[in-house]
Amino acid sequence: MILNEYARISPVGDSAIRIEFGKDIDLTTYHRIQIFIKLFHDAKINFHKEMIPSFASVTIEFDAITIMRKIAEQHTIIDINPYDWVRQQIEPLLTQEVNELVLEKTIIDLPVCYGGEYGPDLQYVADYHHMTVEEVIKKHGEAEYLVYMLGFAPGFPFLGGLNPEIATPRKQAPRLKIEAGSVGIAGSQTGVYPIETPGGWQIIGRTPIDLFRPEHKEPTLLKGGVWLRFKAISVEEFNTIKGGLANVDHMR
Amino acid sequence: MSITCVKGGTLASFQDEGRIGHQNLGIIVSGAMDSYALKIANIIVGNTRSSACLEITMRGTILRADKDMLIAITGGDLHPVIDHIPVPQWRPVFIKAGSILKFKGAITGLRSYLAVSGGFSLEDFLGSHSTYLRAKVGGFKGRALQVDDRIEIGQVTSQRLAMTQQLATDTIGAFNGTSWHVRPDFYKKNRSTFMIRFIKGPEYDWFNEESQQKFTLQQYTIASSSDRMGYRLEGQSLEKISDSEMVSEAIANGTVQISNNGLPIVLLADRQTTGGYPRVAQICTADLYKFGQMKPADKIHFKEISLNEAYKELAELERTLRQIELSITFKTNRGSVRENQEKP
Repeated sequence: MILNEYARISPVGDSAIRIEFGKDIDLTTYHRIQIFIKLFHDAKINFHKEMIPSFASVTIEFDAITIMRKIAEQHTIIDINPYDWVRQQIEPLLTQEVNELVLEKTIIDLPVCYGGEYGPDLQYVADYHHMTVEEVIKKHGEAEYLVYMLGFAPGFPFLGGLNPEIATPRKQAPRLKIEAGSVGIAGSQTGVYPIETPGGWQIIGRTPIDLFRPEHKEPTLLKGGVWLRFKAISVEEFNTIKGGLANVDHMR
Repeated sequence: MSITCVKGGTLASFQDEGRIGHQNLGIIVSGAMDSYALKIANIIVGNTRSSACLEITMRGTILRADKDMLIAITGGDLHPVIDHIPVPQWRPVFIKAGSILKFKGAITGLRSYLAVSGGFSLEDFLGSHSTYLRAKVGGFKGRALQVDDRIEIGQVTSQRLAMTQQLATDTIGAFNGTSWHVRPDFYKKNRSTFMIRFIKGPEYDWFNEESQQKFTLQQYTIASSSDRMGYRLEGQSLEKISDSEMVSEAIANGTVQISNNGLPIVLLADRQTTGGYPRVAQICTADLYKFGQMKPADKIHFKEISLNEAYKELAELERTLRQIELSITFKTNRGSVRENQEKP
């Protein structure tokens, strides 16, 4: 395939370039983005500050002053601006013939204690769908979720794959404080809060595992492209895992 | 070898040019709201341009120098004093051990940058010293400065040793600054109205012509809920042509989103990495630092420019920084500080 057939390049101000690969959240667009990321890495391009993939596009941020210096060093007669220079670096990646990518499937199991103190909105979600609490937990736990992208907060996954039967609107009034590790549903999305933030999601459970762990070499548990499964655990198991982690932290 | 916080004030946090390269993990950039003033403060004291400074907001911050040091204060004029005597800004200032530096309150602008020659000793998180307040990492203990915090500082840089010694020798009171300064025009007067230039955003066409005109013709007012994450603007609301919703995408420093109420939010240093509201505009990089000095109730109007004009402005800003660097190097080498200096 040739990515160019699906790609649209445009500037985002004077210091970023955006390559769109589709409009919607779907696996086809996702695959195109993964192919592009691989090409970008393989080409060992290093003019950029950031590469930020999202559902349907990749945004690349650059330092325009650095690019201006690069252009000056190249002593070209043609006057070119930093955006066009960056665009010229990216276009060859899009026009080459590439194979479909076989993506490795890494699955991460995340233990979640549903309901009770940790999931204050679980009953509401169940009532909303005329289900039992157990049914909601089953439907939430039996799916595999693709981490399409991270954003919003450090290590916060935007997940695809929520069973539409348990999709639930956000709360009318957002909570001022949602604890780190809270697992929630908002519309057709489900996600986990890595740090304490305000938010309007329906909170159905909590994981004892840290999604944001600044002391690790890899500061977020998840990254784009991995798959996630939720495993129901009891309050006791929650406390054991949480306590175990605390002890490890204490020893360090 | 340290600075001690006597009072935290409104908000004082350490910031450098930000945490670059981890937005794909949802890790925000943070960094100085006024990166222009940050760079100049560092240049003055001989640090690398992107070193961390203390970003002091509005008023109330009080610090004690635990040893002799060379400092620079840039940005907005927050009326810094030692022993009731104003401390001159935008220049190297030698201050004696034991001096108490108070920021009494904004006279112009909103944020000051305090650089210390040799730099502050801070927590590194992913290659940056910027404080990421919400995630509680980076800077000093990942939070705003509080009473009794003690921050170690480095040795005066070798390029500023001679200057520091000269200033120290001639100090009569608690401090002594050079006669020359490097304050750029932008900071010379008290502004409450700002003209900000932008390039059309990716979803500019989502708004009808009337709304597009409204965006540039009206004067917006900065809302009191504005902070390091973003500036909310009050004014006439804009209307989208259709009800289409966008899927979450990356947002950049200076992205202007139109939220559901039709009003703009300018996303700044502590912005989240992705957002789902239409982006009507992208502030040109050369104007971003100005937001650091805007305060609630200030007025702002937007002017569209082309990409090439934006690059011209950016190159101009860089030229000014380069000139400041060169002129300070020249003054340092000539050793002219002794000739005609300012006495406190």
